[in-house]
Amino acid sequence: MNSWSILSVVTFLPLLGALIIFVIPGNDAVAKNNARMAALFTTIFTFFVSLLIWFHFDNSQAGFQFVEKYDWMGENFSYHMGVDGISMLFVILTTFVMPLSILASWDSVQERVKEYMIAFLVLESLMIGVFCSLDLLMFYVFFEAGLIPMFLIIGVWGGKRRVYASFKFFLYTLLGSVLMLLAIMAMYMDAGTTDISKLLTYKFSTEPIHFWGMTISGGLQTILWWAFFASFAVKMPMWPVHTWLPDAHVEAPTAGSVILAAILLKMGGYGFLRFSIPMFPVASDTFAIVVFVLSCIAIVYTSLVALVQEDIKKLIAYSSIAHMGFVTMGIFTATAQGIQGGIFQMLSHGIVSAALFLCIGVVYDRMHTREISAYGGLVNRMPLYAVFFMIFTMANVGLPGTSGFVGEFLALIGAFKANTWVAFVATFGVILSAAYALWLYRRVIFGKLEKASLKNITDLNMREVAILAPLVLLTILFGIWPAPIIDVTTASVEQLLHNYKNAVQAAHDAALLASR
Amino acid sequence: MPPTTAAIIGSYNPILPEVILVGGALLLLMIGAFIKQKNAIFMSFATFAILVLAAVPLYMQGDLAGTMFSGSFIIDPFARLMKIVTLISAAIAVFMAYDYMSKANLWKYEFAVLILLATAGMMMMISANDLIALYLGIELQSLALYVIAAFNRNSVRSSEAGLKYFVLGALSSGMLLYGMSLIYGFTGSTGFAQIAISIKTSGATIGIIFGLVFLLVGLVFKISAVPFHMWTPDVYEGSPTPVTTFFAAAPKIAAMAMIVRVLYGAFSGITPQWQQIIVIVSIASMVLGAFAAIGQTNIKRLMAYSSIGHMGFALVGLASGSETGVRAVVIYMVIYAIMTLGTFACILAMRREEGTVENISDLAGLAKNDLTMAFLLAMLMFSLAGIPPLAGFFAKFYVLLAAIEAKLVPLAIIGVLASVVGAFYYLRIVKVMFFDEPTENFVPMHGSLRLVLIGSGLFVLGYVVYPTPLVTAAGVAAKSLFK
Repeated sequence: MNSWSILSVVTFLPLLGALIIFVIPGNDAVAKNNARMAALFTTIFTFFVSLLIWFHFDNSQAGFQFVEKYDWMGENFSYHMGVDGISMLFVILTTFVMPLSILASWDSVQERVKEYMIAFLVLESLMIGVFCSLDLLMFYVFFEAGLIPMFLIIGVWGGKRRVYASFKFFLYTLLGSVLMLLAIMAMYMDAGTTDISKLLTYKFSTEPIHFWGMTISGGLQTILWWAFFASFAVKMPMWPVHTWLPDAHVEAPTAGSVILAAILLKMGGYGFLRFSIPMFPVASDTFAIVVFVLSCIAIVYTSLVALVQEDIKKLIAYSSIAHMGFVTMGIFTATAQGIQGGIFQMLSHGIVSAALFLCIGVVYDRMHTREISAYGGLVNRMPLYAVFFMIFTMANVGLPGTSGFVGEFLALIGAFKANTWVAFVATFGVILSAAYALWLYRRVIFGKLEKASLKNITDLNMREVAILAPLVLLTILFGIWPAPIIDVTTASVEQLLHNYKNAVQAAHDAALLASR
Repeated sequence: MPPTTAAIIGSYNPILPEVILVGGALLLLMIGAFIKQKNAIFMSFATFAILVLAAVPLYMQGDLAGTMFSGSFIIDPFARLMKIVTLISAAIAVFMAYDYMSKANLWKYEFAVLILLATAGMMMMISANDLIALYLGIELQSLALYVIAAFNRNSVRSSEAGLKYFVLGALSSGMLLYGMSLIYGFTGSTGFAQIAISIKTSGATIGIIFGLVFLLVGLVFKISAVPFHMWTPDVYEGSPTPVTTFFAAAPKIAAMAMIVRVLYGAFSGITPQWQQIIVIVSIASMVLGAFAAIGQTNIKRLMAYSSIGHMGFALVGLASGSETGVRAVVIYMVIYAIMTLGTFACILAMRREEGTVENISDLAGLAKNDLTMAFLLAMLMFSLAGIPPLAGFFAKFYVLLAAIEAKLVPLAIIGVLASVVGAFYYLRIVKVMFFDEPTENFVPMHGSLRLVLIGSGLFVLGYVVYPTPLVTAAGVAAKSLFK
C-alpha cells in the first residue's frame, strides 16, 4: 500500500485545489461559483482518498503505517510521514469536516470568495500535515503555519470585533508555541534526531539540573514537558489560557468556528498523546495531578460560565472548553480507558461541536444575530431544525446512545481508576452540561413564537439538511456502535501505555535504589 | 626568471571585484561629467551591470583562498559568499531605485558613483584581514553613504538624516580608531592573524579588553544594534526611499561579515569575553526592536526598528561562538536581505497621483486594490515575524539552534519572546491591508518593483521546499573560518 504516497497525496491535494482556484480568472458571480465548486470537489475528493487510508489500515499493528521518508534539510531533518492508530482518525475527521464547512459557507460568504476558499484549502493541507508528520520540525512547521490562514479567516470574514479576536488568537498561540520550538531544538541536541518514531522510545534525562541557584528536579524531561505543555494547553485550550477561544469563536465566520472547534483544538490533545505522554513519561506521571486540577477547574468553571452566556456561539465555545477538560483528564490518567476515552471524546466533539456551530450558522444566516434572547419558539416555524438541534444538544450533554456519552464515560472510568476525587469533581461537569445545553435549547427552540422578526423564518433547506444529516448519522452511529473507532486505536494505545508504564516503573525503581 | 605580465595580472585575480567596482565608478564619473543630463536610464543600467559584473569573478574563483598585500586582504569561501550576497543586494537596490529617483527628479549621476564606491568599501570590509584595511573599508563605505543619505538636498529631513548619520558615524569611527590603537599597542600588530597569536600567549589583558570594547562599539554601530542604533530610524525615515532600501540590505551584510571576521579571526582566543558583550547587545536589540516598533506610524521607521530587531537575532548566532553559529548568521543575513528588499519594493510602490506616501495607514484595504502585492507583502511580513513555513522562520531556527547548542538558553528564550512581541507589529500591517476598508488606490506598481517583489515572495514561500543549497553554501562559508 506504500507504492504510492497516499499520505502526501491526501496532505497536498487541497493545496493543489487552492492553486487551481488561484488561477481562476475574474471576480464575477461565475468565478465565485467556480471557486466554490472547485473547493467542494477538492475536499470531497480528498475525503474519499483519505477513506482509503482507513480501508487499508491494519488495526492489529501498533506502529506507524504508510510511512514515507525523504531528505529535506540535510540529513538531520527529513520529510517523514506516517500514521498510527492515534493519528489516523484525526486525518479522516479533518477531511470529513472540510466539505461540510465549504458547504456551510456557500451562501453566507459573498465577498472575496476565491480568497476564502483558498484559505480553507491551505488550512486543510496544513492540518492534515500536522497529524501525518513524523518529524518534529516538520510537525512544528505545519502546526504553526495553520495560524496564517486562520488569522486571515477570522480577520477578513469575521464579525465586529474580528481584529481583536484574530490578534488574540494569533499571539496567544504563537506565544505558547515558541517555547515548544526551543524544546524541539533541545530534544534535537540531546537525542541527535527529530524523528518522532525514534524519539518515542528515547529516554530523556531526569537527572536534576542546577541552574542559577535553582534545582529543577526531573531535569530535562521536566523542562521539555512544560514547554510542550505551554503550547498544547493554549491550543487545547485549558483553563486559565482559554480566553482566546470564546473571542475567536464568536468573531469567526461559521465555517471558521467549525474548523476551530472540530480540528484545531484537537491538535492540542493529539500533541499530548503524541509527545508529552510517550516522550516524557516520568514528567507526565509527576505532573498529571496539575493537569487533573486544571481539567477539573475547566470542566466545572467553564460550564458555569457557559450557563450565563447571552451569545449562543459563546455558550458553545465555553462548553467546548469544558469538554476538552474531559479529554486532558482522560489522557493523563494513563489508563487504557482514559486515553481511549480522550481520543473518542475528541473525535465525537469534532463531530458534535461542528454540528452545533453549523446549527448556529443556520439561524445566524437568517436573523444575523446570535443573541439567545432574540430567539424563542423556533419549533413552530422550523420543526426539522428543532429535531437536528435536539440530537446535537443531547450529544453535547452526553446522553447514552450518542457519541458524546462514550467518550465522557470512558474518560470518567479512567479518572476513577487514577484518582477518585478527580472523577467525582468531573462528574459535576456532566450535570452542568445538561443544565446549560438544555436551557439553551428551551430558550431558543421552545416557548411561544412571539418576536415579530421570527414570524417568517424558514426551515432548513436542502443544502443545510445535506450538511447536517451525515453529522446526525455519525453522532448516533458512534453512540451505539463505537467499535470502529476503538478498534483502530486499541493497538497503538496499548503500546503507548506499555512503554509509558515501563518508563515510569524504571524511574521509580531508580529512585528507590538511590534512596537506599 | 621574473614573472610574466600575465602571471602578475593573474595574481591580482582575488581583488578583481574591487577593481571592477572602483574602475566602474571612475568610468561612470567621467561619463556622467561629460554627458550630464538625460543619462539616467543608461547610468542606472550601467551601475546595475557593474555590480553584477563584479560578482562574476567571485563565481569563477572556485575554492580559491589566501591572503594578499602582506596578509591584509583575505579571500576565502566566507568572504566570497558574503560578497556575492552584498553585490546582488546592492544591484537589486539600484535596479529598484531608477523608477523612484527619476520620478522624484533626484537622479544624478553621482548617485551611481557613490553607490559603487560604497559597495567597493563593503567588499573591502568583508575581505579585511588587518585593522588598517578594515578602517579603510569602513570609511570608504561610510563617507559614500553619508552623502547619499542627504541626497535629496532640498528636503530638510534628508539633510538632517545625512548630518545625523555623519556626526554619529564620525563618533563611532573615533571609538573604532581608539580601540584599534589600544589593540595595536597591546599586541604589537594590526594583522588579525598576528593579533590572534599574540592574544593566545598573553590572554585577556586589560588593555586588549578595553581595545576590544571600543572596537566593538565602532563595529556594532554599523549594523545599528542597540545601544548604538539611535541614527537608524531617522536615517531610514529621512533618506530617499531607494537609499533606505540600499541601506537596509547591503551595508548590513558587509558589516555583519566584518564583525564575524574580526571576532573569529582576531579575537577567537578570548571568545568568552566578547561573547558577553554580544549577548547583551543582542538581547537589547531584539527587545528594543520589538517594543519600539509597536508605536510607529511611518513604515520606513517601522522597518528601521524591524532591522534593529533582526540584527539582534543575527547576533544570537554570532554569540554562540561556534561554526554552527556562523553558519546561522550567514543564513540569517541572506534571508533577511531577500525579505527586506521585497518589503522595500512594496514601500517604493506606495505612490499616489500626487506623490509618494509612507504611512502604514496608507496601505489600508490594499488587498482589494492589488491582491498580488498585498498577498506577497503579507507573506513577507509573516516571514519577517518568523512564522513557518516561510523563509524567515528558518533563519530564526538556525540562530536559535546555535544558541541552544551553545547552552545560551536564556538568550534563546528572550529571543523567541521578543519575536512574539515583534509579530504584533508585522500583523498590524497585514491587518491594515486585509481587514481595513480600502482608501485611494496606488498608481500601478512599476515593473522593476513588481519583479523584485515576486522574486522575493516566491523565495520566502518556496524556501521550505528546497532549503539545502543555502544551508550547504553557508556551511562551506562558515567552515572556512574555522581551520
